[in-house]
Amino acid sequence: MTIKEEFITDEQTVKFYQTGTFTVGNRLLDDEFRTVQATQERSNSIDSGHRACQGCGQALGARYALDTAMRVTDNQIIAANATGCLEVFTTPYPETAWSIPWIHSLFGNVASVASGIAATLKAKGDTTTRVIAQGGDGGTTDIGFACLSGLFDRNDDVLYICYDNGGYMNTGVQRSSATPGGARTSTSMPVGENPGSSFTTGKFLPAIAMAHEIPYVATASVHDLHDLERKVEKAMSFRGARYIQINVPCPLGWGSLPAQTIKLARMGVESGLVPLFEAEHGDLTHSTKIRYQVPVEEYLKLQRRFAHVLKPANIEQLETIRAIAEKNIKRYQLL
Amino acid sequence: MLHQMSGSIAVAKAVALCRPDVVPCYPITPQTHIVEHLSVLVKSGQLKNCTYENVESEFSSMSFCIGSSAAGARTYTATASQGLLYMMEAVYNASGLGLPIVMTLGNRAIGAPINIWNDHSDAMSVRDAGWIQLFVESNQQAVDVHIQAFKLAEALSLPVMVNMDGFILTHAITRVDLPEQEQVDQFLPSFVPRQKLDTQSPLSIGAMVGPDAFTEVRYLAHHKQKEALAIIEQQADEFLEIFGRDSGGLIKTYFADDADIVFVAMGSVVGTMQELVHELREEGFSVGILSLRSFRPFPANAICNALKNAKKAIVFEKSFAVGMGGILASEIHMATQRYIGEELKIKSVIGGLGGRTITKKSLKKLVECANKDELDDEVFMDLDGGTVVRELKRQQDGQTSGPAAENILRDIGVVSASKTH
Ligand SMILES: Cc1ncc(C[n+]2csc(CCOP(=O)(O)OP(=O)(O)O)c2C)c(N)n1
Ligand code: SF4
Repeated sequence: MTIKEEFITDEQTVKFYQTGTFTVGNRLLDDEFRTVQATQERSNSIDSGHRACQGCGQALGARYALDTAMRVTDNQIIAANATGCLEVFTTPYPETAWSIPWIHSLFGNVASVASGIAATLKAKGDTTTRVIAQGGDGGTTDIGFACLSGLFDRNDDVLYICYDNGGYMNTGVQRSSATPGGARTSTSMPVGENPGSSFTTGKFLPAIAMAHEIPYVATASVHDLHDLERKVEKAMSFRGARYIQINVPCPLGWGSLPAQTIKLARMGVESGLVPLFEAEHGDLTHSTKIRYQVPVEEYLKLQRRFAHVLKPANIEQLETIRAIAEKNIKRYQLL
Repeated sequence: MLHQMSGSIAVAKAVALCRPDVVPCYPITPQTHIVEHLSVLVKSGQLKNCTYENVESEFSSMSFCIGSSAAGARTYTATASQGLLYMMEAVYNASGLGLPIVMTLGNRAIGAPINIWNDHSDAMSVRDAGWIQLFVESNQQAVDVHIQAFKLAEALSLPVMVNMDGFILTHAITRVDLPEQEQVDQFLPSFVPRQKLDTQSPLSIGAMVGPDAFTEVRYLAHHKQKEALAIIEQQADEFLEIFGRDSGGLIKTYFADDADIVFVAMGSVVGTMQELVHELREEGFSVGILSLRSFRPFPANAICNALKNAKKAIVFEKSFAVGMGGILASEIHMATQRYIGEELKIKSVIGGLGGRTITKKSLKKLVECANKDELDDEVFMDLDGGTVVRELKRQQDGQTSGPAAENILRDIGVVSASKTH
C-alpha cells in the first residue's frame, strides 16, 4: 500500500491515522486504494435512516459488501434477504433503505429464492444482472442450511453473504449453531454446571461451503473494510455459487459498547477466534496473518456475554476457547 | 391433436405449451411423472428458454418459485401430500406476495399413517392459504385447466393450484386432445408481471406490514379471490371459443336443475357419479350432480343457484376436519343457509380416504337412504365399524395396546398374525 507523496515527511515516513490500528486515513492513500465510500459518486445500496442499533456491525458490513457489488456490476444486482435484523432494520413498509431491487420472503429460504431469481436470469439470457442472497448466522447455519447446501450443490450463480453475529439477534439473542461456546444468550444463560452456550463440535459454515467445492469462499470482518471490499469484488469475478461470511459484532447481543464494534471485530481476528481466509474450489488460497496476536481473554473481556467465562471457577471454559483459537491458527496458518 | 397418454404426461405437455420460464421440481408420488416429463422436454430442447432445476426439497422448490416469479418468470411446479405440507410456509408466502405461480397438486392422503393413495386431505390443508384452487374431473380437463390456470394467475397476480386426483387421474391412460401451440399462444399472452425485481426500477418486495395496514392487505386478497369468480367464467368462455371445449368455469351441473337429491363433489369421483346418475334416473330417482371446479374462490352464489330446487344435497368429500367433520359440507352449509335456508338438507359424506375405492354401489346406497329420509347427517362411507369398535376395546383394555394402525390391519387380516408385541 502506498502513501501519497505529499504526506511523507523526512521525520515521519509512515503516518498512521489512528495509532496501533493499522487503519490508514483514506485521504492519505492513492486513489486506487481509497475506499469507494469516500467518493461522492459512490453507490448506495442501503440508505441512511434505517433502524439498526448504534454500532451494529451488520449494518456496516452489509453496506460495504453490497456497495462493492453494485460498483463492480454497474448497479446490476438483485438482493434476496432472509428474515432477521438486516431485513427488519432496513424496512418496514412504506419505508425501505434499499436502493436496489430487494426481496424478503421467509427466514429459512433465502438461498432458494436467490436461486429462483438466478434461474429467471438464465432463462431470459440476462448475463449482466447478478444475484446476492444474505442472511444472519441463524438463517444460514440453522434454518436455511438445507436450501444453502442445495444452492452450493447446484452451483447456482449466487453470492451468499452471511452476517455472523453469533446468534438469533432479531428475536432477542438466542443461541444459534454459530454461537461461540461459552457465550451467554437468552437460551443459553450463564447458569448451572456449564454456563453459557455449550461447546458443541461446531458448524463452521465456511468449511462446509469449501467441502461443496464451490468456486469461492471467504471470511471477512468489518474492521478491515478494504479486505471485505476486495473479497466481494473477487467473489463477483466468479460465476457460480460463492459464499462470504462476515464477522459482525452486535453490541446488543454481545453486551459490548457500540463504540467498540470495530475494535472487537479486529480483536476477534487477532485472537485467532475469527480466521480470515479465502478458498477457491475447495482449496485454501489465502489466509490473513495475525499481526499483533491478542490474548483470547482480552477479546472476551469486552463482551458481557463472556463475563462468566473469565471467572476463576470457569477456567476450563477459557482454556477450551484458547484451544479453539490455537486450532484455528494452526489450521488456517494465521501466524 | 388426439393422443392416448397418462394424465401426468398430458399435463406436462400442456404446461410446456404454456412456455414456462422456470420449473423447479422435487419428486413425490403421484405427481412425479409430470416433472419427470418436463425434465425430458427441457433437456431435449423441445421446451426452449426454460430453466429446469432439481432442488433439494419442496420447501426449496416453492421458494425457488417465489424467487423466479418475483424476477418475472412464468413459473410452474408440482407436488402432493407431504410435499405440500413441507412447503407450507412458502405456499402462504407465495400468495401473500401475490406471485402468479402455477402448481399441480396430485391429490394424495396425508400421513401418519403414511399413505400414497388419493384423497383430498392435502388440498384441504391449504384451503386458507390464499391460493386459487381448481379441481378437475378428467385428464382432458386437467390439460385445459392448466392452460387456463396460467392466464388466471397472471390476470390476478395470484398463485393457482390445479388439483387432480392422484393415480385415478395422474396415472390413468386416457384419450386427450392436446391443443396446438398457436391456439395456446392466442389464448395465453406473454407474462407481464405486476411487480418485478428489476435493476432499472428497484422495488422492495416482502417487507413487514404492521397493524396499520395488515387488515386491508388481507382483505384485498379476499377481494381478489372474489374478483376471480367472474374472471374464471370469462376465461372459460374464451377457452371455449378458441379450443372448442367447455372445460373450466366455477361449477358444472348434471341433471341438477330438477333433481330432488343432488350430489356435491369435486374431482374424478364426478365421473363415477355421472354413470350412476344415468342409471338411477332410469330407475326413477330424481338425482343430479353439482361439481365444483373452483373451490377457492368458493362460488357460493353459483352453488346456491344450482341447489335452489333441490331438497337434499349429499356433499361427498375425500377429506374431513378431524374433530369437526366434512369441510366442503360445512362450507356448502354456510353458503346455502345464507341464501336458501333450512328447506335444503345437507348430508355430509366422507369417503375415498387414502385411496379407498368409491363404488357405484356405495354411492347408490346413499341415494336410496336419502330418498327414504334415512341418511344420517354425517356418514363415513364404507367404514368398517366392527374393526373400529374392536380397536377401541383393545385401547380400553390396556394402556399399551400399541399402534392403532397396525392393530387394525392385523384385525382385518391384512398382516400375518404371527408377530406380536
Ligand atoms: C420459520 C421461522 N422461525 C422463526 C422465526 C423467528 N425469527 C425471525 S428472525 C429470527 C432470528 C434471526 O437470526 P439470524 O438469522 O442469526 O439473524 P440476526 O437477526 O442475528 O441478524 C428468528 C428466530 C421466523 N421468522 N420464521
Ligand atoms: S441487535 Fe445486533 S445485529 Fe441486530 S441491529 Fe442491533 S446490533 Fe445490529
